[in-house]
Amino acid sequence: MDVRKTYKLFVNGEFVRSESGRAYRPDGGKVNVPRGSRKDLRDAVRAARTAFPGWAGRTAMNRGQVLYRAAEMLDGRAAQFVELLGGGPRARRELDQSVETLVWYAGWTDKLPQVTGTVNPVAGPYFNFTIPEPTGVVGIVAPQEPRLLGLVRRIAPVLCGGNVAIALAAESNPLAALTLAEVFATSDFPAGVVNIISGQRKELLPWLASHMDVNAIDTVGCTADEIKSIEESAAGNVKRVIKLTESEMSPYLIAAFMEMKTVWHPIGV
Amino acid sequence: MATALSLTHLGSLMRGVRSVDEVGADERAASLAKRSIKKSSKLWALDLAVRCMDLTTLEGADTPGKVAAMCAKAVRPKPGDPTIPPVAAVCVYPLRIADCVEHLRGSSVRIASVATAFPSGQSFTSIKVAETEEAVRAGAQEIDMVIDRGAFLSGDYQRVYDEIVAVKEACGDAHLKVILETGELGNYDAVRRASILAMAAGADFIKTSTGKVQPAATLPVALVMMEAIRDFLRETGRPVGFKAAGGIRTAKQAISYLVVTYETLGAEWMTADRLRLGASTLLNDVLMQIDKERSGAYQSGDYFTVD
Repeated sequence: MDVRKTYKLFVNGEFVRSESGRAYRPDGGKVNVPRGSRKDLRDAVRAARTAFPGWAGRTAMNRGQVLYRAAEMLDGRAAQFVELLGGGPRARRELDQSVETLVWYAGWTDKLPQVTGTVNPVAGPYFNFTIPEPTGVVGIVAPQEPRLLGLVRRIAPVLCGGNVAIALAAESNPLAALTLAEVFATSDFPAGVVNIISGQRKELLPWLASHMDVNAIDTVGCTADEIKSIEESAAGNVKRVIKLTESEMSPYLIAAFMEMKTVWHPIGV
Repeated sequence: MATALSLTHLGSLMRGVRSVDEVGADERAASLAKRSIKKSSKLWALDLAVRCMDLTTLEGADTPGKVAAMCAKAVRPKPGDPTIPPVAAVCVYPLRIADCVEHLRGSSVRIASVATAFPSGQSFTSIKVAETEEAVRAGAQEIDMVIDRGAFLSGDYQRVYDEIVAVKEACGDAHLKVILETGELGNYDAVRRASILAMAAGADFIKTSTGKVQPAATLPVALVMMEAIRDFLRETGRPVGFKAAGGIRTAKQAISYLVVTYETLGAEWMTADRLRLGASTLLNDVLMQIDKERSGAYQSGDYFTVD
């Protein structure tokens, strides 16, 4: 039997329709996709904020295990994703790279503090050191292309560092992102750590950018004009607006969402 | 108001209490909860919610310092924003009344104290009366008493009635709020009976719950109690206040209670003299919603006090 799928938002570990009841058809296709509203976004931020202390408090090793399991789950659904991405060797390559990305960042969870952390020489009787801590709730604006890899490349470093994520799926081709939610849902991520919302960028971006409880936004999928207005709204709570455009895997992408905390520890007392 | 009702009168009073349509009450509460309050109406409702709030801390771990912080928040809920009104009252355990007296001097915020072996109410009447008298002497302007659910559930209405009358007398000028602890009463009929009993015994307010029992306040239970207040007003001409307490944590819930109150009891109850919302964590969410309406941006708990 041919079952047609009703795509859902992924908020607080649940697959939900938009509270607005609206849907749209990306790119004039035949599939209905939920058109998320600002209230869906609000719910996602609330869920993410609640989930943050738990996820950030996990051991690095445990976060790595969960990310690795996401890689396993994605690999297990390889055929489904390859078909969703249009089939053929190009789709297969994108899927393989996505799995590899998750594995790669899974390995970074317990190495980042050693690479980006420092012991600082100071002129005083202090042991002075700096370690990275996750910044909190991170909004990610997924790029239109590549559909799957584009989001995986940006969401993995955010989760790796102990942050929680709210991803806006690409407006014109959100199916890969919405299906990726099923991978996260079966990977032992606590509810609310990953949230994925589809809908109209124009409608959702201002609310995400001005939300006082969002700590950083990855603008990788935004136009120059969008970035400008995000930066204006983000000033309200001094959000980090991350404008790194590199498409390769990099520990600097993890570090971009970390806050460097310095400790002055007295010695010789 | 008669200070004591004879056994036969009380019996006929209780027998005269009609039963509650449970499905109807649930349905009406659910439909009222769906009502959409937006923009300027929402701001008005949120402002009223602050004015009607009993800011509460009822923990074994309450210290003078914690109560002092709560009193400061009660007087000026948002430091730096004088447009936010003070709350109606603070609600504490009897031993913390003295701290409130010290920190609320000169403000409009009233001091409410729980008494009568809160939260269970399972103690001797003489002790409950003595506790109430002592609380009033310490400076409490409002007393939140619990009814003896053990007596009520076993049908000993006379005992419950006499106890409320005795405590009311011990209150003197202080207002008496009678907590029914609806989560332990079992059904809406019992809630309505307890409401009528408490009002007949002289309660100035009837209150849903202690907050120590689940389920605490629910919208249908509030509706049932308000309908009892409305019917009591028609019978006797005496208006009685309503206090919802326990489990009210979001501004949205608070607004639902305001809607149900308005639709059941009317505009006269939209004041702190007749309506209270008892809560320990509600205030910050209300303040955040007020800021959201004013600024247009969703707010963060990072910018409000940690209570």
